[in-house]
Amino acid sequence: MGDFKFAREKMADVLSGLGEYQVLAPLVTGDVVRFREVEESEVPVGERGRYANSVVPPKELMFPQTETLFRYRLGDTDIDVSEPAGDTGRVVLGIRPCDAQAFAIIDKLFGWDYPDPYYQKRRENTTLVGLACGDPGSNCFCTSVGGGPASEEYLDAIMYDLDDKFYLKTITDKGEELARALSGVLEEAGDAEKKAAEKQADEATSKIGRSIDTEGIPEKLPSLYGHPFWEQFSDRCLGCGICTYLCPTCHCFDIQDEMEQFDGRRARMWDTCMFKEYSLHASGHNPRPTRKERTRNRISHKYSYFPENFGVIACVGCGRCINYCPVNIDILDILTKSREAEVKEEKPA
Amino acid sequence: MMDESNPYLPYTVKIEDAWYETPGERAIKTFKVSFADEKVSDTWTHEPGQCAMVGLLGIGESMFCISSSPTEKGYLRFSIMLMGKVTSALHQLEAGDTMSVRGPFGNGFPLADWEGRNIVTIGGGIGQAPLRPIIEYIRDDGNRDKYEELMVVYGSRTSKDLCFQDELDCFMAEEGTECCLSVDIEEEKWDHFVGFVPNLLMEVEPSPENSIAITCGPPIMIKFVIGNLEKLGFKPEQIYTTLENRMKCGIGKCGRCNVGHLYVCKDGPVFSYATLKEIPEAFA
Repeated sequence: MGDFKFAREKMADVLSGLGEYQVLAPLVTGDVVRFREVEESEVPVGERGRYANSVVPPKELMFPQTETLFRYRLGDTDIDVSEPAGDTGRVVLGIRPCDAQAFAIIDKLFGWDYPDPYYQKRRENTTLVGLACGDPGSNCFCTSVGGGPASEEYLDAIMYDLDDKFYLKTITDKGEELARALSGVLEEAGDAEKKAAEKQADEATSKIGRSIDTEGIPEKLPSLYGHPFWEQFSDRCLGCGICTYLCPTCHCFDIQDEMEQFDGRRARMWDTCMFKEYSLHASGHNPRPTRKERTRNRISHKYSYFPENFGVIACVGCGRCINYCPVNIDILDILTKSREAEVKEEKPA
Repeated sequence: MMDESNPYLPYTVKIEDAWYETPGERAIKTFKVSFADEKVSDTWTHEPGQCAMVGLLGIGESMFCISSSPTEKGYLRFSIMLMGKVTSALHQLEAGDTMSVRGPFGNGFPLADWEGRNIVTIGGGIGQAPLRPIIEYIRDDGNRDKYEELMVVYGSRTSKDLCFQDELDCFMAEEGTECCLSVDIEEEKWDHFVGFVPNLLMEVEPSPENSIAITCGPPIMIKFVIGNLEKLGFKPEQIYTTLENRMKCGIGKCGRCNVGHLYVCKDGPVFSYATLKEIPEAFA
């Protein structure tokens, strides 16, 4: 596939060159960086050294925080189905490789048995243009879970921020198509850019300061079901759910009906297994009644149940759950302790 | 069958008939419904043990077992206990009203694999609802010869809390079907067993020889019934139950119904005890 470059000051031309597409990029929104549609004269914030990753993961672009499934009028049985937005081509410009890997992971779930039409339509219509990480965050551990600061595997194209210019490498046909749309702006890249990109990737990889050996964890976690080690973490947990809301692979949702006068909609919204109400039965019974069971479920889902069902760990090492936990609960700490925990012979209570 | 292009869209059903099975704060009401759209009605199929999302636009939907057998053509039945927001709204409905149905979901009982065997159902309270389709399936003229003895073991707190009473009376008189009932506490004019269902099971002592036992009811009952079945010589592979958990999507995406790596909505609700005994969360 192709190798291209463009000068940093040409970013605006790149954005206008993508006029056919809806362009979504990391932008300062309120107090945080999140992905949304680029408005005129806005410049995406994905520049090296300025941030490691968006606070809110771009999963919201395929799986919005709240989404209408269909609308209806009370007393009428007709249903008006909401067409997923973005049925014209969309480009996500500047997604980190870990967040692209997260899509590849939740694709499996949204695609099994009955495919989810809302998620899949957006996914199919979207081209992912990555931005390789130059300065990984202090809690990044992508290299432990199959990723890397410049991992290309799940992207259609990847950009490297080389200070005065960007190096753009296309990976898939979708990426090629996008490069064609930008033929007026892009120049052929040479060895200098390729070498600089390679050097940057190597340096970034060496800057990844945290890691976990995942070998054996999926098989071991179920045997720790009744183990007291979970309490070291769940006792501290406030149950705020931020670890799951900001997780790029957390996919759980609630479905609720909302009424305004006679107009109603059925909508789905992000939910979290860290909330008591998530698994609460109408009878009052709760199979996961305390934060211990809920913490255990969160970790076991990512590192045992999901691998059992789909053959891949549902974690990309983005570090958001560590960065934003108000009481410093650290998934790597939990996983390390799980490796060390001794499995008791007797059956768990 | 479910709209494959969008599994979140419910079908409209018309309530043909509705009646109370049991009275009280936790009343159980049965709804007999048919699809408003003939095309859906003609193509709908389900297996005994499968579930469906039943609800109302503007209120929401909850997962219930389909309590009718596919051999009962032209309609579906749901027996619903008054419990929370959705069931309170559904209990307001009468014949002629409409509600929504989405499904069928889950795996159903492996009835084809059970051909040639004795079938023992052990139910408690509303737990008889998922067992009813097995019983009706086997009692169907086209299927009765495929199975050996049918034993229906069923109990509830009082005789008023027994569901499907007319049908139970039929089983009593039927050849090839044994029906054993119990109530938890003594009451006048009750000439069947008094005591909990697990004790009733030990009283009637079904043979494990060439048998399959299926139990549904409150978790505590299931626990003791399984223990007693093992005492009677049933192997884990001969014991089946259904699980229930809170559900939203029904198609293994929304997350919440998992027990370990299994989703009750798509991998269940029917599980053999051989599977469940390896999953510590199954009986949480």
